[in-house]
Amino acid sequence: MIDPAPILTVKGLRKGFGDHVVLAGVDLTVPRGGIVCILGRSGAGKSVLLKCLAGLLKPDAGEIRLESGAGNDLRCSYLFQANALFDSLSAFENVALPLEQTTRLRPSEIKREVMAALKNLGLEKFADHFPAQLSGGMQKRLGLARALVTRPAMVLFDEPTAGLDPLARNGVFSMIRQYREAFDFTAVVVTHDVPQALSASDRVALLQEGRTYFQGTPAEFMAADDSILRSFADNAETTTTNLTTNGRE
Amino acid sequence: MTGLLQTLGRKSLTVVAGLGDFASFVLHAFVAVSRTRHLRKGVARAIHQQGVRCLLVVTVVALFAGLVLGLQGYYVLARFGSAGLLGTFVSLTLTRELAPVLATLMIVGQAGSALAAEIGIYRYSEQIDALTTMAIDPLGYLITPQLLASLLVFPILTTAFVLVGTFGGYLSGSCLLGLDSGVYWSTAHTAVQFVDVRECLLKALVFGIVTIAICCHSGFTAHRRTGASGSRAVSISTTRAVVLSSIATLAADYMITSFLV
Repeated sequence: MIDPAPILTVKGLRKGFGDHVVLAGVDLTVPRGGIVCILGRSGAGKSVLLKCLAGLLKPDAGEIRLESGAGNDLRCSYLFQANALFDSLSAFENVALPLEQTTRLRPSEIKREVMAALKNLGLEKFADHFPAQLSGGMQKRLGLARALVTRPAMVLFDEPTAGLDPLARNGVFSMIRQYREAFDFTAVVVTHDVPQALSASDRVALLQEGRTYFQGTPAEFMAADDSILRSFADNAETTTTNLTTNGRE
Repeated sequence: MTGLLQTLGRKSLTVVAGLGDFASFVLHAFVAVSRTRHLRKGVARAIHQQGVRCLLVVTVVALFAGLVLGLQGYYVLARFGSAGLLGTFVSLTLTRELAPVLATLMIVGQAGSALAAEIGIYRYSEQIDALTTMAIDPLGYLITPQLLASLLVFPILTTAFVLVGTFGGYLSGSCLLGLDSGVYWSTAHTAVQFVDVRECLLKALVFGIVTIAICCHSGFTAHRRTGASGSRAVSISTTRAVVLSSIATLAADYMITSFLV
């Protein structure tokens, strides 16, 4: 259920590395309970923005405001592009880690929570497996299980479909939508995947040269009479058509 | 001339900033003791990594060090008609000097390098960032257990080095060269005083903290290596950890000895 009240507000965010300015004043509003996709060309600053939101990078200027409860670090999770799973820990231990280190739950309660999270993502049979023994898609689900086990109010996804084939990409977005509804979190997704973003998200934002060029609904994005937005939308339509045609063939 | 001074100034500032960063890193890791949960599990794993895995190499090196000391000591002392003091020579040399230094160098070579590489890989595979996003202090989770384990492992392995090395001296001095074993063991026993043991354990403690902190810091800051990234940066960090730890061990050895002698 989308609540129009924002869970996250970003104003005038700036970040540079030496002389290279990556974010030159980003504004963003994320409504509670929605899926917001951040689009942009390579080097537009999408991942840097996400790392600033997660507290991994300190902005040079600007404001990031997380509303009521989401400001707590525990309530905001991050799913890394390469999953960032602990390769020396089993699937169970990976998911249990945030609970062991940041809560006062008893071991039996942690076990119950972890097994429930693994079961929800279809990984209960792989609890003893190490990340290297799992497929790419299963690792992605394991990363999501670890991100969701603390019941966060907001989950940040960094390029969740990078390196996956079209079917798997579709599966990842379906998974985000399905678990967003089941666990009631707000999703902020950085992606290059325009067709999936426009079909699965409630709102999209486009970063262009370090600034927010557009933010609105996918319908507004598609209907906009703007050459830059059109280039993204046309690309999305072409890709979707190609995928559909290839699928029929 | 001005250019030279500027370069010297820049280098000096870099060294001072690096030392400050290192001190803050170690301090933060110790302060994190009070906040880190399930520390015992992490310390037990670190004791296994630093202690159990290094026990064999430390024992073997200690045995050969004792054998060589016994051989060299016997012939040198025999020239002055003092071969009976071989036990004193071996036990004091090991206790006051060789055991803490050699045990430390062996642990650094075996466990310290692995630690630097492991933490460097954590850095490059974003596992350290993942800890931060899960509200887990990376220093408390990764570094604090290693530092606490070093407080226990280094004195124990140094003590083992002294005992095995003294036995090695007995093998070469008494079993091979014919020195009376009663004379060897009684001189070895009476020569070592409380102050010698204190110096030995103090050195082991200081070397342990300093070297493990250097190894952890090198891995943790692998992403800051200029001109390299990824596996190359991890490899440079590992080499750097071993070299800096070895230099720091010998420098600290000189300083502690000059204060205590």
